[in-house]
Amino acid sequence: MMIRAKIAQLAKLASAFVLSLAGTLPAHAADAPVSGWSLLNMTPGVTDISRKIYSLHMEIFWICVVIAVIVFGAMIYSIIAFRKSKGSVPDTTLVHNTVVELIWTAVPVAILVFMAIPAAKTLVEIEDVTKTDLSIKVTGFQWGWQYEYLDNGVAFYSHLDRQSNTARELMSNIDPNSVDHYLLSVDKPLVVPVGAKVRLLITGADVIHSWWVPAFGVKKDAIPGFINEAWFKVDTDKPGLYRGQCAELCGRDHGFMPIVVDVRSKDDFEAWLKSQATEQKQSAEPTPAAAPASAEAPAATQS
Amino acid sequence: MAEQHSHAAEHADHDHKPHGWRRWVYATNHKDIGTMYLVFAGIMFFIGGAMAMVIRAELFKPGMQIVDPQFFNSMTTMHALMMIFGAVMPAWTGLANWMVPLQVGAPDMALPRLNNFSFWILPFAFTLLLSSLFVPGGAPAGGWTMYPPLVLQNGASFPMLIFSIHMMGVSSILGAINVVVTIMNLRAPGMGLLRMPLFVWTWLITAYLLIAVMPVLAGAVTMLLTDHFFGTTFFTAAGGGDPVMFQHIFWFFGHPEVYILILPAFGVVSEIIPTFSRKPLFGYEAMVYATASIAFLSFIVWAHHMFTVGMPLAAELFFMLSTMLIAIPTGVKVFNWTTTMYKGSITFEPPMLFALAFLFLFTIGGFSGLMLAIVPADYQYQDTYFVVAHFHYVLVPGAIFGIMGGVYYWLPKWVGRMYDMSLAKWHFWLSTIFVNVLFFPQHFLGLAGMPRRIPDYAVQFTDWNMVSSIGGFGFGLSQLLFPYLIWKCVKSGQPVTSNKVWEGAHGLEWELPSPAPYHSWTDPPSDAVVARGAFH
Repeated sequence: MMIRAKIAQLAKLASAFVLSLAGTLPAHAADAPVSGWSLLNMTPGVTDISRKIYSLHMEIFWICVVIAVIVFGAMIYSIIAFRKSKGSVPDTTLVHNTVVELIWTAVPVAILVFMAIPAAKTLVEIEDVTKTDLSIKVTGFQWGWQYEYLDNGVAFYSHLDRQSNTARELMSNIDPNSVDHYLLSVDKPLVVPVGAKVRLLITGADVIHSWWVPAFGVKKDAIPGFINEAWFKVDTDKPGLYRGQCAELCGRDHGFMPIVVDVRSKDDFEAWLKSQATEQKQSAEPTPAAAPASAEAPAATQS
Repeated sequence: MAEQHSHAAEHADHDHKPHGWRRWVYATNHKDIGTMYLVFAGIMFFIGGAMAMVIRAELFKPGMQIVDPQFFNSMTTMHALMMIFGAVMPAWTGLANWMVPLQVGAPDMALPRLNNFSFWILPFAFTLLLSSLFVPGGAPAGGWTMYPPLVLQNGASFPMLIFSIHMMGVSSILGAINVVVTIMNLRAPGMGLLRMPLFVWTWLITAYLLIAVMPVLAGAVTMLLTDHFFGTTFFTAAGGGDPVMFQHIFWFFGHPEVYILILPAFGVVSEIIPTFSRKPLFGYEAMVYATASIAFLSFIVWAHHMFTVGMPLAAELFFMLSTMLIAIPTGVKVFNWTTTMYKGSITFEPPMLFALAFLFLFTIGGFSGLMLAIVPADYQYQDTYFVVAHFHYVLVPGAIFGIMGGVYYWLPKWVGRMYDMSLAKWHFWLSTIFVNVLFFPQHFLGLAGMPRRIPDYAVQFTDWNMVSSIGGFGFGLSQLLFPYLIWKCVKSGQPVTSNKVWEGAHGLEWELPSPAPYHSWTDPPSDAVVARGAFH
């Protein structure tokens, strides 16, 4: 445990070093596009799980770096020291050494066990979908997302916003840099309360999609005919907009079905939910948002 | 002994071989068939590479400039199919055809007519697949992994995809059977299993993997076919099926498949490094056992390709641990190669340069592979450019450099001429620099959150995509040197006089004259010759 903490500390130091070299880390990595050159690493995100994932990632990364220094060091040393042009004479008897071979089999085993334990612990936490505060059904379709608040019937579709959608046409002559959050903004984001354990029930309407918001450390496939579970709980001090994308190839417009999650304070969220419920009741007419979920509905709203 | 050899060579030279097209269409000679496999693989490599250029051109900057998203998806799908089934696998079979009989002291492959058949299936399979670019709906665009239900949305190309995969599978299985039978039955009397060169060993294990998993792939795509045309619902939830079951079946094939692509490269590198270190391979037996362990483990790790589909916790833990285990035999291999160079006497001819690049860059791919095994972290890596960077590191400077190293190593033996050494070094340095410019930034892109298989991206990913594209164009252009070099070598290379070609070479292929006679080892090599060849 001591060593683990040491390594985590080391990792933090080293990553801080890397990041200071590369520029500043955006406070809300999912938001506010920054210079592309500085985007070199995973971001810690805004949930407990996403930070645990980040530290696992950094631990395994630095373990790899240490092994790389040793192994590449040995390779480079051999290449330089035993050149024929420097008169090196081969030792053709060096073909076997049981002790050395046992060591380089056993040491990796130890490293792997050392790595597997924290990974397994985090995994157990990720898979614990009990005691949730709020359940939202997420349906991926070609090409967008439908969100249904299961406790009170609020439901709506979420598509790539109009501005990005126009700019992304072939030869549109619109500079993507002039579009606000090009390809990462939607017409109607998912709204969730901060600090609540939100359970997602994820499925697909047509083909397989995958719901991914990096800042939450959540990626789960949306599979037609099956329901997957995932959850996230955003830090109470981190409300804001978080962005993600579909992560499973789902056809022509796979690259154009982003996810935006609007994390609000509990009060704001309740007010929003109430207004949505009344709005949907008033317009019980065939607006796309109130239409019952069916395979045809998304296609209709898309066109 | 020497007299007997030159006599055999003379005889071989006068041996009647068919001329013109008959020599190739009716080919039963392992060298002719090997050459055809290699030329075919080269053609597919450049077609698949051209597709990669389309991909990198579209991704050069954000916005859609060149192709429609559907065509982009066709390009990624076809690029993978061409490179895996058209370039790398046939190249390895070509090298096996050329080298296995020479290395085990056999006069030819055990089943020459089957050999002809297994090669000649390929041009038909790939003509069918490539012609799907011109049918309504375009070429397959659901990814080379062919996940349903998406793959079922392909138009007229769908059955063409399935049938071409069937043909490639038949070709691979027949080729693999031929390799197994040749190694098991046609070894020279003194050539015990633990005296075989590592290239023969790795190919033997590869052949068993092929025989085990290609039928699984054939079964999976046949189920897709019947789901599409005959009303079955293997992978359709509405009929009681399960789309994830396809992924399980596919990756049960797919993971051994990645070792099918890389194990022969381990073999080639295990031949090249001792030769140019002038020292026997360190830990020969450990190498054999490590290869066998990797092959065994490859059957029990498949679900690490699909950690996000929603598996039970126990399954995720199992596949995480089994995947991590692969690092151990792979590590043993890397350590053995390194120790082979230690206290050697190293020179840096082109084959050695490619083997060294393999050693460094494949190891980088191994590291990212280890990272991908950590399930919680994989939730962030899965389906991003980090994965793209990972598998291109193991397949381009891994498998492809292995093939190129092998060609540079054995080409003088095949044609009896030496290639332009300095041009080959140019090819090496350009390839090695550009392959890193191409793929290293993709690690950053993936970690920063760029999904794979997208034709357009958010603007913050622009910079590293531009770098990657420049690397891609540079790498693509540098590869044109390779066929030019080979053509120049065949036409006007400096004749090679010695049997050995390379000072430190050991093995039966180097006991034959250069070029290797059309019919070689018609008399099996004596025990003494075999013993001289076995360096370990």
